[in-house]
Amino acid sequence: MDFSIASILLLDGITNGAVYALLGLATVLVFSVTRVIFIPQGEFVAYGALTLAIFQTGKVPGTVWLLLIMAVLAALMDARLSWQHTGDAKRALKAGLSALAAPLVVSLLSIWAAPHQLPLLVQALLTVAIVTAFGPLVYRLAYQSLADASSLVLLIVSVGVHFAMTGLGLLFFGAEGFRNPSFWDERLNLGPLAITGQAIIIVLTSLAMIVLLWQFFNRTLYGKALQATAVNRLGARLMGISTHGAGQATFAMAALIGALSGLLIGPTTTVFYDSGFLIGLKGFVAAVMGGLHSYPLAALGALFVGLVESFGSFWASAFKEVIVFTLVLPILLWRSVAGGNEEEH
Amino acid sequence: MKAFKTLIATAAAALVTGSALADITIGISLPLSGPASGLGIPMGNQIKLWPTSIAGEKLKVIVLDDATDPTNGVKNAKRFVTEDKADIIMGSAATPVAIPMAAVAAEAETVQIAFSPAVLPPGKDAWTFRLPQSNDVMAHAMVALMKKQGVKTVGFLGYTDAYGESWLKEFTAQANANGIKLIGTERFARSDTSVTAQALKLVAANPDAMLIVASGSGAAMPHMAVVDRGYKGKIYQTHAAASRDLMRVGGKAVEGAYVVSGPAVIAEQLPDSHPSKKVAIDFVQQYEKAYGPGSRNQFAGHSYDAVLILEKVVPVALKKGKPGTKEFRAALRDAMETMGRTVVSHGVLNWTHDNHWGFTNETGVMLKVVNGDWKVE
Repeated sequence: MDFSIASILLLDGITNGAVYALLGLATVLVFSVTRVIFIPQGEFVAYGALTLAIFQTGKVPGTVWLLLIMAVLAALMDARLSWQHTGDAKRALKAGLSALAAPLVVSLLSIWAAPHQLPLLVQALLTVAIVTAFGPLVYRLAYQSLADASSLVLLIVSVGVHFAMTGLGLLFFGAEGFRNPSFWDERLNLGPLAITGQAIIIVLTSLAMIVLLWQFFNRTLYGKALQATAVNRLGARLMGISTHGAGQATFAMAALIGALSGLLIGPTTTVFYDSGFLIGLKGFVAAVMGGLHSYPLAALGALFVGLVESFGSFWASAFKEVIVFTLVLPILLWRSVAGGNEEEH
Repeated sequence: MKAFKTLIATAAAALVTGSALADITIGISLPLSGPASGLGIPMGNQIKLWPTSIAGEKLKVIVLDDATDPTNGVKNAKRFVTEDKADIIMGSAATPVAIPMAAVAAEAETVQIAFSPAVLPPGKDAWTFRLPQSNDVMAHAMVALMKKQGVKTVGFLGYTDAYGESWLKEFTAQANANGIKLIGTERFARSDTSVTAQALKLVAANPDAMLIVASGSGAAMPHMAVVDRGYKGKIYQTHAAASRDLMRVGGKAVEGAYVVSGPAVIAEQLPDSHPSKKVAIDFVQQYEKAYGPGSRNQFAGHSYDAVLILEKVVPVALKKGKPGTKEFRAALRDAMETMGRTVVSHGVLNWTHDNHWGFTNETGVMLKVVNGDWKVE
């Protein structure tokens, strides 16, 4: 191996690592607020990339219909809950409508926009809106009524949600993969290195998100409120923080990050309906390296996973996956020895 | 979901006719989801066009999804032989799934028609017949073209699974026999998002040609990675990549690629002397009438061929036993081993007692991607 090969591998590792970092962050985010180990995080990535791909063909993506169905279900659940609590039909109706409003607007806009072949950037924005709207609905339908259950129960629900989302993905997008057009076709040639515009976008977006999240949780009142629900749900509720609202907001952010990752990775590889799982899993490994609570550590872990993957496939391509996932063992071991007995919140 | 619908439909059909016992039961396990669903879904589409009876006997077709998972494949196969008392098991389209299913078929003494080139140790395939061309037959066509083009060194970039390994083994043997050397072997997984590192290593070795072993739209990504790293030599793809998804996803990067394929995919371009021409055109017309122009592919062809086989062997076997009995199943196997030359859309099959592979070396056709379309090389 010489310098030029090493630098190409380094670049490849960093680009992939940046996407894993985003997913790692989302995993940490969701876990720290809701205690859900969110396995389907990767599905948002595939939904993002593939929804854009379907927009590109001028059709209405199947995700739009799913969004509508889920929104109606969530609205019914909200209305029923409100009816049970207050017995006031007007308030129940209002609760239902407020759950329905945003997904309905996004869906109608998408249905209108799909055949118009709008510019790539507009389609990308619509895609982000659609996938982000999934976040709160997934939380509402799958997790909200179980919010006080143990982490294990929430994990099992996650597995179920993962399978449901993958299956629906196959239904909407078909078995074959898609590749999206690049957002920025620039190529910078630095000696042996060819840095693509897409790679620059990936790294910059990832960096920006890390800084934003870090600041959000440490500097803003809303971020601190979200963290408070993680530490003590009852206490947070007594302080006037809506734990359900916090959960939905967190899932919206996770879905937004997932959709962004999908848009970033779409032009660099072929995305299949089930591609998200493994990408998400690598993000999860990164999050575990950050102990599921530290954003900077998760980001570093993701970079490490990306680099190991890149160099691993150069030296021993047949064992690459083994190497990446074995990595998590010594770290878990070290954490259990060094961290002592941390009780589960 | 689809399997479930088929189940309901077959159950309803069985209720209506009321004579389910005498039907010929066919249990089919296909990867309708999972990484190999690109192979299984077109096969399932063609199965929907199957006739409802053969030689006067009603067909009871049960299609189950194995999700490209060997465990599910075995579960399905066991269900077919114990619950459904299937006369024939078919599937799977994914090699890693078809292999463990063969053990179930052998134990239950039920014929298995595998839709993938499943390599089994000698003796273990007594009840398994493969419908696709063996990788050996396909590698033959590929190596012949390489030799003609003066290729001396080849780099291998393939799946880390049974399909990749089988190609590596067959290709290496034939290449060595023809003075072609394999100078680099790199692997990747179906779910990988980047093969930059592997491509880098292979391009640095600078072989005359690159062999990429991958399937469907998944075959485009490694191809593009190699081209992106500045590789200018010839790139070869296997018959699992012989679908239009290669061009749809690969675009300009896959121009000039050589792809080995069964004859069904390019029916119209076959010379009139090719034995499969008529059957292949029949298949293409039937499939594209149902699923739109340009929708033809290697795998739907295998489903089409399965019926041709049944039409030939069922009447023979019916003379020896009733469907649903052990005698009938044994007779089916004997009929398949003695059916002689049988023209199907993918070539000429000739299974014998000692050879359950069937296709001869003339089967593989080399295609070239020219202006986003196939051209026979």
